[in-house]
Amino acid sequence: MKNISFEEAIKELEKIIEALETGELSLEDSLKRYEDGVKLAADCQKKLDKAREKIEILAKKEGGLFEKETFKEIE
Amino acid sequence: MKVYTVTQLTKDIRGALEGSFPEVWVEGEVSNFTVSSLGHAYFSLKDEKSLLNCVLFRNNSSRSAFRVENGLRLLCRGRVSVYDKRGQYQLYVDRLEPHGKGALQLAFEQLKKKLNEEGLFDPEHKKELPFLPMRVGVVTSPTGAAIRDILEVARRRFANIEILICPVRVQGDEAKHEIARAIEELNEFNRNIRKAGKDNEHPVDVIIVGRGGGSLEDLWPFNEEIVARAIHDSEIPVVSAVGHETDFTISDFVADLRAPTPSAAAELVVPLRGEFVARINEYRSRLYLAVKNKMDLLERSAAALRDAYVLRAPINVFLRKRQEVDDLVKAASSGMAHLMELRERDLASCAGKLRILSPLAVLERGYSITFSGTKVIRKAHQLEEGDSLRTKFADGCVTSRVECVEASGGKEK
Repeated sequence: MKNISFEEAIKELEKIIEALETGELSLEDSLKRYEDGVKLAADCQKKLDKAREKIEILAKKEGGLFEKETFKEIE
Repeated sequence: MKVYTVTQLTKDIRGALEGSFPEVWVEGEVSNFTVSSLGHAYFSLKDEKSLLNCVLFRNNSSRSAFRVENGLRLLCRGRVSVYDKRGQYQLYVDRLEPHGKGALQLAFEQLKKKLNEEGLFDPEHKKELPFLPMRVGVVTSPTGAAIRDILEVARRRFANIEILICPVRVQGDEAKHEIARAIEELNEFNRNIRKAGKDNEHPVDVIIVGRGGGSLEDLWPFNEEIVARAIHDSEIPVVSAVGHETDFTISDFVADLRAPTPSAAAELVVPLRGEFVARINEYRSRLYLAVKNKMDLLERSAAALRDAYVLRAPINVFLRKRQEVDDLVKAASSGMAHLMELRERDLASCAGKLRILSPLAVLERGYSITFSGTKVIRKAHQLEEGDSLRTKFADGCVTSRVECVEASGGKEK
């Protein structure tokens, strides 16, 4: 569950909610899925919070390697 | 009378023609269009009554944006001269304009038709934009209005987004090559990341290609075939954002999405962070409610079970257990699922025990049970004088012998 994308996490979370809301799961399954859901929601939140502002310029160097430089805006 | 050599006469005619028509504009319809192996173009211009042979040398022809083809009505500028070896006069064209519309307009229509027929604009090629881009590639001038607008909108919608700019010229002859190369380089950048297996480096998951408003000539690089093909070949989805709402370019048609302006491109690509936060919060409360409803339902079932017991004495124990269920509902909501399950099992076994134990509670109140052998004695006439009895009290047993049987009702058997 570590490396899924934000989109996948949201979709999975939606599936869990849907399953829980139909109320057809056993108590044991409900609680298990609830736990999964809480973790996914926290994961999504973390992904949103973790993103940093980074504005960079891509420069291709000799030998085909890329370098990124910080972009300085011209006022 | 002077006798000319052929060469002399031809030369004089050429001189006369060149002197009279050093620069003329001629209008007519193209026919017999051919291109030689050296790249020079030969064709005729004609109207209802006449036909004029024309030559367009390669260095002149490469400067016209559109393609010359038969049936096209052209305005040609050039000088009239003679091709000595054939004794043929012709127009040496140095400039072409399509009749009735601009050369660029015609070039645009021709390329659009060609690429459309090739299927480059087909909807099935269109890729979906990412839900939440981790890194946005931008191909534009680092000093133009477009990059400023894009950065401003991106920051407003999602302050922490990563943007990778591929700086290019967006007008002039070199622009088309730089733009096409930049799109390819961003794709290469992704391939490098994938190859190196770098987990901490985000790939570019969407590209904005564009520039701010300008004249048709300024926007022209975005109508070039090389740019169109680079956009089409990109594995990363491309949003085209050229000029203003009213400007349509070839890039717009081939891109996965057309944005009317660079600002609009940023709005389409960068999601609103607030919307996501609200959505996650909504999901959290729905999760909680769904589980709470489930718990409430279980609690109601437990209550119904409790009322069904004939023996009311254990009700205090039951109420205490019910209190525990309430506590457990809360505990479970904070994720202590396994604990809940254990307690639920506890409760079930307690209820079972209670049922078994309940006759003892009756003894506690002063009643006793009498057995003869293993049989419970319910009626006097089950016994006879001399029978051995075992009587069970709350605190123990007594064994005794029957001395006399006195039935109070009618005697049976």
